[in-house]
Order: sequence, then C-alpha cells, then structure tokens
Amino acid sequence: MLPRDRVTQGIQAAKKPALVAFLTAGYPTREGFQAALSAIASAADVIEIGVPFSDPMADGVTIQRSSETAIRNGVTLHWILDELAACKGKISTPLLLMSYLNPLVAYGYPQLARDAAAAGVSGFMVPDLPLEESAPLRDAFANEGLALVQFVTPATPADRLERLCKQSQGFVYAVTRTGITGGQSELPEDLTEYLSRVKAASPIPVCAGFGVRSAEQVRRIGEHADGVIVGSALVEVLEQGNDPAEFLASLRP
Amino acid sequence: MTSMDRDALLQALLDGELPDAQGRFGPFGGRYVPETLMPAINRLTEAVETIFTTQAFQRALQSELTGWVGRPTALTRCDRLGLQWNAEVWLKREDLAHTGAHKINNAIGQALLAKAIGATRVVAETGAGQHGVATAAACARVGLPCTVYMGAVDVARQAPNVDRMHRLGAEVVSVTSGDRTLRAAIDEAIRDWVTDPKSTYYLIGSAIGPHPYPLLVRNLQAVIGQEARVQMLDRAELPDAVFACVGGGSNSIGLFHAFLGDEEVQLFGVEAGGTGSALGQNSATLAAGRPGVLHGANTMLLYDDDGQIQETHSVSAGLDYPGVGPEHALLQMIGRVKYVSASDTESLDALDELCAMEGILPALESAHALAGARRWAQRNPGTRILIGLSGRGDKDMPILAEVASRKENNDAAA
Ligand SMILES: Cc1ncc(COP(=O)(O)O)c(C=O)c1O
Repeated sequence: MLPRDRVTQGIQAAKKPALVAFLTAGYPTREGFQAALSAIASAADVIEIGVPFSDPMADGVTIQRSSETAIRNGVTLHWILDELAACKGKISTPLLLMSYLNPLVAYGYPQLARDAAAAGVSGFMVPDLPLEESAPLRDAFANEGLALVQFVTPATPADRLERLCKQSQGFVYAVTRTGITGGQSELPEDLTEYLSRVKAASPIPVCAGFGVRSAEQVRRIGEHADGVIVGSALVEVLEQGNDPAEFLASLRP
Repeated sequence: MTSMDRDALLQALLDGELPDAQGRFGPFGGRYVPETLMPAINRLTEAVETIFTTQAFQRALQSELTGWVGRPTALTRCDRLGLQWNAEVWLKREDLAHTGAHKINNAIGQALLAKAIGATRVVAETGAGQHGVATAAACARVGLPCTVYMGAVDVARQAPNVDRMHRLGAEVVSVTSGDRTLRAAIDEAIRDWVTDPKSTYYLIGSAIGPHPYPLLVRNLQAVIGQEARVQMLDRAELPDAVFACVGGGSNSIGLFHAFLGDEEVQLFGVEAGGTGSALGQNSATLAAGRPGVLHGANTMLLYDDDGQIQETHSVSAGLDYPGVGPEHALLQMIGRVKYVSASDTESLDALDELCAMEGILPALESAHALAGARRWAQRNPGTRILIGLSGRGDKDMPILAEVASRKENNDAAA
C-alpha cells in the first residue's frame, strides 16, 4: 500500500469521527518525543508531527511557543526523521509531517521524499504552500507515494474548492474558520453548510478543525466530517505534563 | 545561466513582462501564503490589474502625490561633498517627501487602493517606523483605521516615530515574539490579516511579500527614478553610477527601474553590513543569502542549514531584515545590479559627513547608500554619482545619542 493511502484508510477504518492529533516535535522536551508519540498513537487515528519553524505565520501563541522552544531544544527536520526511523515498526498510526516550506527547501525535495518514506512518514501538510506553487514538491513526493494534504477554508470559492479537493491526497484539511491556530474555540454558525459543501466536493475523507478543545466540538464537527483535528489543545496538555492519551480519549463521543 | 538568458530576462523586465502571470521574476517571487489568504491575494491581483491602471485611479494618485506628498522631490547637487569625494554627487531627496521618507509614495497609493476595493481596516508592519508613520498618515488621509505592528526592539530604538504614529491616529502594537524586529512585525501583521482577510487590507511596506505586492510597491515607488532621470538629464547627463540602500528593497527598486535600460549606468544596491560578515552580524541578504521561502515569496534569504531564518543585525532598523524583494534577487542573478554592503561604522561616518558638508541629516538607512557610494568614488575618481536619499534622520536621534555616549565611554576607558 502507498504511504498516502495508509492515511486515507486509517481515517476510513477508524471509529467515527477519526481523531487527527497534532504535536510539535521535541516539545516540551526532546527526550520525551518518542514517549509522547506512542501515547498519542494509542488514542489517535492519524498523527500530525509539527516541524518547528522560526516564523510560523499561520500559528497562534501556543504553537509559536512550542516551535520556539523546540528549535531551542535543537529539534530539526533531520532529527525528527532520525527519531521516526528509530521507532519505525513500533507505531502503526499513520504519520504526517506539518511543516512550513523553508525547512523542506533547505533539506532538498528529492532527499526529503526518500528519507521521509524510509522513516515511515505517510505525507506532509505545508501551510504556506498553496496549490499553485506545489508542483515541484508534489512531483518529488509522487515518486515515493507520499501525500500532500491540501487545506480548504470557509472563504474558498466553489470552483477553487472543487480543485483543491481533487488534488488533495490522504484527506482534505477543512479549516473551520479564518485565522491562526489555537485561540478562540467557538465553532462558526455556518459549520454544517460549510462542511457539507466540502464533503460534497471531496472524493477522499474530510478532516476538520481549528481551535478544537472539547468533546462537544468533536461531536458537532464529527456529524459532518470524517475526522476531527486537535492541535493547540493537545500541545497544551503535553506542555502541562498531562497524559495526551487520556485527553484524546476524553474527546471521543 | 548564459549571457543570452540574462539578456532575455532583462529584456522581459524592460518590456513589462515580469512578474509573469504566476507572479514570478524568473525563478523568484510567487505566492507562498496560507490557503486562507488566497481569495484576498487573488482579489488584490485583480485590483492591481484593473482598478489600479484606470485613469481615474491614476489621476487621484497623481493629485495626492503633488498636492499632499509634495512631489516631485528635489534633486540636490552636492558641491562640498563632491570636492571631498572627487566626484560629481547628486542626491534624490526622498527625505523631503511628506512624513520624511519614500515610504509615503507606497503608503498613499495602497491606501487609495484599499479604499477602492472596499477594505474597512488596514494593518501594516514597520521597522524604522517610517512606513508606520506613512501608513498612519495615508490612512488618516483616506479615512481608514489602521493598526501598525512594530518589533519591541524597534519601538525602543525609533521612539520618535512611535509617538508620531499615535498622533496620526494609528494603533501601534509592540511585538514581543520572534526576533522582536521587522521580521517578527511582518509575521504578526500576517497573522492579523489571516484572521480577517475579507475586510482587512495588508499595506506592506516594501517590495517584498507574495505577488502582487512586489509589483504594486515597485510601481508606486518607480516615481523616484522617473523623476530623478528627467532631473539628471535636465541639469547634467545620466549618472555613471546610482546607489540606493536595500532593506526589503522598495526605495532602491523605485530608483533603479527608470535606469535599467541605460546600459552605461551602473546600479548599486547597498545592504547593511552590520558589525561583520558572520551569520547574525549583518543583514546582507543578497551578498550572503540563498534562495528560500519567507513571507510569501521565493527569494534570497538568510537561513541556516535546517531552514530556520536567521537573526540579523544592523544599526538601522529599516535594513534589519533577513529577506529581500524577489525582483532584486533576479537583478542580482542577471548581473544588472551589483549588491554591496556598508558596515554600521561606515554608515555612521557617512551620516556625519553629510551633516557637516551639506547640512542634511539622512536616515541611517540612507547613510548606507552614501557609504557605499563614497567607497566607490574613491576607486573611480571623477565620476558622476546619483544617490537615493531615502529618508531623513530625525527618527534616529535616540540611536545616534546612544552611539555617541557608547563612544565617549569607550574613549574614557581607553
Ligand atoms: C528611510 C528609509 N530608507 C530605507 C528603508 C529600507 O526599506 P526599503 O529597502 O524598502 O527601501 C527604510 C525602511 O524602513 C527607511 O525608513
């Protein structure tokens, strides 16, 4: 099976809605990374691993803080892939890397695709890479069967939504409101209408979220999407030294 | 790259074919923004191609440039400085424009555009505070509220401009994240914009960012070079060399553009050499950087082997930035513009020299252009040199006082 199909299958096979969990690699500590991963793997259906970047322009204060600390802790993309290679086979949950583009540019696309596939990574999501600019990275990933997940937002026009959903691999990431990650956690009023539109346009599963932190929100989003994405709230749980698996379990309906 | 490729790219630039439909200047530029911003970017691109080019818009802009900004700005011949340098020295006086720097040319143009596309609020970043002041003034002029993000380090070192922004009605947010200078201010302005891209207009302050900003800002600043070229031909001949300082690259691209087709005119961009050539000691992006992606564009950047953007240093807040506009990256690649750097010390000396010789206090940013020109004049005696004096130095009084007192302490200790 291609790495990118593992993501799609992981979501389809999960108890509805699937939980997609985000953590910043090496935060709060580098030493705790593998343990945090295994704990999250026991409770999540897909894991997004954040590659820290010096200028996270689409992120709120929580992920800014975790990125800054992780960089100071010496976390790099090379280190992350080494760690994942070391625990390959121990974690069966599909893994995605979430990274801004410049760390990928610095790594070099062909080498990155090979190393990521070898480390058991299924794909990437790149918040500052719109579809129009994605061909070089997409081509490099295609050689290894890696997914490049596309984002859609409530402001995406209909024709563009159609195109993004067709091009997305693994799943479609439906951002539930305009803005940066974390922060205000109320779900928008037109959530149902929006998610129905995305579902109708997408041939692959749709996972949604932005600022999700309660079981009630997971239930409401889960009524219209295949999976729910939990990011900043989980980073905060890890930051406080609490059990991520317990937190994720508490979000399940 | 062959010389034929280089000539073809220069010709495309001269023919107005760059940036292309993808927003690219050769390999540089593009639109690397979160999906949330794509509708706003597309809407702005359309406005730049339609509203911006209409006669009505251009007439309104022209009227503001003459009646409110005070254009055309003067071209000043500097005989005492010229004698000292053994050169014929001319200054294009953007320091005489309203609010004291070239930034106003861009700010008023974009503020008019923001109004025309129905934005209800403006956000901007600022380094030296000149763009912040210009944006505050332009927003007051067109009647839009504005919020300016400014790194905490810059709030301290450019305090006079913070007071001016407040007085002009802007909200100033001191940014304590990241490197607390211009780069972090841009990150924060983008975060604000992402939150409400429909009604918020991001009024970027240099020829940087995603397409169409580098094009829009260049077109608004091109008036500097258009005026200067006519003024030079009127009073002398074309210069042998043109110098401008390069932060993000807006005053320089504005000055250079009219001269790109004049083969005999050499063009020099002067970056901030800071205190040394090691990573972190300067902001010499074109001299020391490599291609990468930051703030929406593929361009030359200062970053480490893991892709993390590097902290920069310059005594001048307006040049203290690890990236540069994509058009400059192309101009360097095709060899049409040469990029050099001037250190903190050389620039401070050049500032003092202009005060003493010509009675003009330049901005620390502009002093870099003077320092670069002075060095070139020493090696090329008897030449005619045009220098972009991008702004005035009143805002730099706190830094200049601090530098002076540091020097006194060092002298006392020695
Ligand atoms: C007077 C002056 N000159 C130059 C600059 C550098 O910007 P740019 O390279 O966009 O002209 C600034 C920026 O703040 C400035 O205030």
